[in-house]
Amino acid sequence: MIINHPLLGPRDAAEFVIKGDASLIDRPDWQIENAAEAFHEYLFLRDNPAGEHRELWYHEQGDRSWLVVTRNTLTHEVTRVEMARDVARKARA
Amino acid sequence: MTHRIDGGLIDRSQTLKFTFNGKRMDGHPGDTLASALLANGQRLVGRSFKYHRPRGIFSAGSEEPNALVQLRTRAAQEPNTRATMAELFDGLSATSQNHRGSLEFDLMAINDMMSPFLSAGFYYKTFMWPAKFWEKLYEPVIRASAGLGRLSGREDPDVYDHGFLHCDVLVIGAGPAGLSAALAAGRAGARVILADEDFRLGGRLNAETYEVDGMPGADWAAQTVAELQAMDNVRLLPRTTVYGAYDHGIYGALERMTDHLPDAGGKPRQVLWRIYSRHAILCAGATERSMAFGNNDRPGVMLAGAVRTYANRFGVTPGKQVAVFTNNDDGWRTAHDLSARGVRVTAVIDSRAGVTHTLDGARIETGSAIVDTKGRKGLNWITLPNGIRIEADCLAVSGGWSPNVHLTCHQRGRPVWRDDLAAFVPGADLPVGMRVAGAANGDMTLAAALKTGRETANTVAKDLGLTPSRKAAPKAEDEPSDITAFWHVGGTKSRAWVDLQNDVTTKDIKQSHQEGFRSVEHLKRYTTLGMATDQGKTANVLGLAILAEASGKTIPETGTTIFRPPYTPVPIGAFAGRARGKDFRPTRLTPSHKWASENGASFVETGMWMRAEWFTRPGEKGWRDSVDREVEMTRNSVGICDVTTLGKIDIQGRDAAEFLNRIYSNAFAKLPVGKVRYGLMLREDGYAYDDGTTARLSETHFVMTTTTANAVLVFRNMEFARQCLWPDLDVHLISTTDGWAQFAVAGPNSRRLLEKVVDDFDLSNDAFPFMACAELTICGSTSARLFRISFSGELAYELAVPARFGDSLIRVLMEAGEEFDAVPYGLEALGVMRIEKGHAAGNELNGQTTAAQLGLGRMVSKKKDSIGSVLSERSEMNRDDDLRLVGFRPADREARLDAGAHFFTKGDTPSLETDQGWMTSVAYSPSLGHSIGLGFIKRGDQRMGEIVRAHDPIRDKDTEVEIVSPHFIDPEGERQRG
Repeated sequence: MIINHPLLGPRDAAEFVIKGDASLIDRPDWQIENAAEAFHEYLFLRDNPAGEHRELWYHEQGDRSWLVVTRNTLTHEVTRVEMARDVARKARA
Repeated sequence: MTHRIDGGLIDRSQTLKFTFNGKRMDGHPGDTLASALLANGQRLVGRSFKYHRPRGIFSAGSEEPNALVQLRTRAAQEPNTRATMAELFDGLSATSQNHRGSLEFDLMAINDMMSPFLSAGFYYKTFMWPAKFWEKLYEPVIRASAGLGRLSGREDPDVYDHGFLHCDVLVIGAGPAGLSAALAAGRAGARVILADEDFRLGGRLNAETYEVDGMPGADWAAQTVAELQAMDNVRLLPRTTVYGAYDHGIYGALERMTDHLPDAGGKPRQVLWRIYSRHAILCAGATERSMAFGNNDRPGVMLAGAVRTYANRFGVTPGKQVAVFTNNDDGWRTAHDLSARGVRVTAVIDSRAGVTHTLDGARIETGSAIVDTKGRKGLNWITLPNGIRIEADCLAVSGGWSPNVHLTCHQRGRPVWRDDLAAFVPGADLPVGMRVAGAANGDMTLAAALKTGRETANTVAKDLGLTPSRKAAPKAEDEPSDITAFWHVGGTKSRAWVDLQNDVTTKDIKQSHQEGFRSVEHLKRYTTLGMATDQGKTANVLGLAILAEASGKTIPETGTTIFRPPYTPVPIGAFAGRARGKDFRPTRLTPSHKWASENGASFVETGMWMRAEWFTRPGEKGWRDSVDREVEMTRNSVGICDVTTLGKIDIQGRDAAEFLNRIYSNAFAKLPVGKVRYGLMLREDGYAYDDGTTARLSETHFVMTTTTANAVLVFRNMEFARQCLWPDLDVHLISTTDGWAQFAVAGPNSRRLLEKVVDDFDLSNDAFPFMACAELTICGSTSARLFRISFSGELAYELAVPARFGDSLIRVLMEAGEEFDAVPYGLEALGVMRIEKGHAAGNELNGQTTAAQLGLGRMVSKKKDSIGSVLSERSEMNRDDDLRLVGFRPADREARLDAGAHFFTKGDTPSLETDQGWMTSVAYSPSLGHSIGLGFIKRGDQRMGEIVRAHDPIRDKDTEVEIVSPHFIDPEGERQRG
């Protein structure tokens, strides 16, 4: 697989480590009322789509960027690659 | 060489000597082992898998199901090699496989008479009945019979390598379509790789008598190869099989670099290439298939195209009296080519009625078939439906050609059926960037292959923004290629073979259908049709056709099994490449490694690191002698240990303190500059993850240590937290594990020792108390970092210098320590001292334990957000009757404790229900003079002084132990603060 790194261009997937669902960016607030439940859902419950999936990849053998890769789980087609930092900032804004 | 005829692309000026089963034979450069065996009249070359039937060479390519041999000898021995792919070299030694006794008189041939009991699915049926037969009879017999060749059992002496290639256009296959495509792409200026599994590029052009551009096809191929070779933008990879099509234009290829040489001369035997392509053109050609009729497996029964290849390319005739059985025009070509070369063709049997082809001197039967053959170890006769027998020592069979669609299916694509070809062709759903040309795409004639190869390459060139060359396309005639599907001859009692490699007959396929295994995937598993080294290249379509007939469906309704990589077998050694033995992964050496090996150290692997486990002195009889001495001398005076392997992370930024506050469960925001703090990390699920110390060098600069094992993971997770969770914090991280050499200097004399090393730095307890840190210089000018931290419980420091000074520093420290009898200590003594102090390490921080269980519950701050803080409050993880980390000592002080023992209340019978916990770490404490242990036991903190059983059923031991504080030595910590 090839991941088109937003800063470094196309790189082999072997340079990366995958973490999983990009929803891990959306860490709940620890002070909300049902924080334990929210964290349980955040940590353990995942969608398992056959098709487009947004997932976190870490360029460990490269510039150490965390990326959000939109990948089709059926075809492995990668349709979008973003810096996870940008995604996280946008989510917070 | 009894079967040589004129012509061919071999070099008759040289003779190569080789042996087969010890028999000396001759061949020529340009021969394969198969062609050389045929040239020497060797028809019988192996025994079949299940029934041990005599078998001969069936094909002339990588699809070979029968002629699997062992090449070379001793450690270099390689089983299951296709004789048709083995390039002949001088001194080659080959042996046949799968027989007990000689090839000619195989004792296992008895299986053939047992065939009624060994039909489809027999293996599965042995599981069913009678049950007691399985272990005593079935399994030993099946195990003894299973497999084909034998491994040498020795280490592979050859070298394998991996490589990476990039190109605009990968052309797979160098037949007419591939050469034409590579030529067009190369002329247009694209970066081209042309790969072919053969050692001579040209494909069928080398095996046929066609003309291209007015010259023999083989000459045109050679001329084209020469033109390609001269292009800087083209790379030719002969002897290279592209075995898999992977994601995003990546292809796997195996180059057999020195397999054809008597001696590799230090070069890799094989290279596994990963090819990154923008476009790929698959020109893999087509594979001929057989037809099923009675006893169609005898040595001498061959594919018609292969017979023609041996005659035209290798100057060998597989027989002196050749018969042809065909359902298409191509079979006739074999008859004509052989006849033209002076080989006697006794008969041509065509299943099609009303065919008008003729051949002088041969008996022509149209609308007919072959029902049976005779000849024990090689073909002698064929029998027609009317009972007439015709003499033949070679039968050339053509059941039509199947396009090699394999690589088009590696990304879930399914092939589609074409009735006019009686074959599957690639479907529309191709791997990204792939196009198909020539026979692989169903363009079966030479002219069509040349044309589509060129046109496809020109389309690709335009896609790449290049201008296609205007040079003329190669010209050839369209040859006839009519076919009428014909699969098997009915009405005969003799077994008709479909899959030669797995001994699958037409009857097996019908039986599979009768017994309910009707899906084509089930058929494959039940009968083994299409399995093993050839993956049914000559058998699959024939098998499908027979299944379709049995089920009353069409072939496209029946479908194919899924094609997966590899296209042909790839040795495990090639996948491993150089990553074997010591090179399986990198070895990391500590900065004091050289000094340690000069001073009696034994080393142990911890992850990738080699760490000194102890330093043996003369007269010490066992490792315990060394470890006990190292502990005692450290506790009595001073010891030095290389702790460089601990992960080190440099953390800087305005928000560095806040960041650490969120990473560690305990508070860090208010850590003063010049101080170190012990920190505990949790995972987000609330379980304990890692621990270590972090020093604050300035308001905005921290240095963290992690455990050796988690160094990479902690850094990865911190980067995740930094970029994905708190992207607005101003903080930056870098791993400096390899950047700094770090030594623990521990023991009552550690301060006096260090005073001799530091430059003008006050080490007094007031100026530099426990948990202080500082940047300083040592030895005159070397910059260093000093931390007053203690893992041993003694007055202790850790001194860090840039890694390049690590070797010097250990020598300086040891020299300065001479007057104090300073000792180096290894990992084992380090472990003993931390157990004596009750510090948790990997055995306790095993990912399943909580801060509360570790006795660190109060470290988890509830006043702030940190990773894992919320879920660590789950009620189940905070029960009062939960496990607690405590110390253990044997009731009988002479007894030795064992890690892994489980605890039981005295009087309880050991069981899962009565289990109270387990021992995690044990050591002999030289300070106390007896064995001690750490472990988790329920309510341990409330059970001090209780005697429990430490039960170890694996070592068959049962020891009474007393629950004590985990802090065996200096529980108040006075020594480290002194």
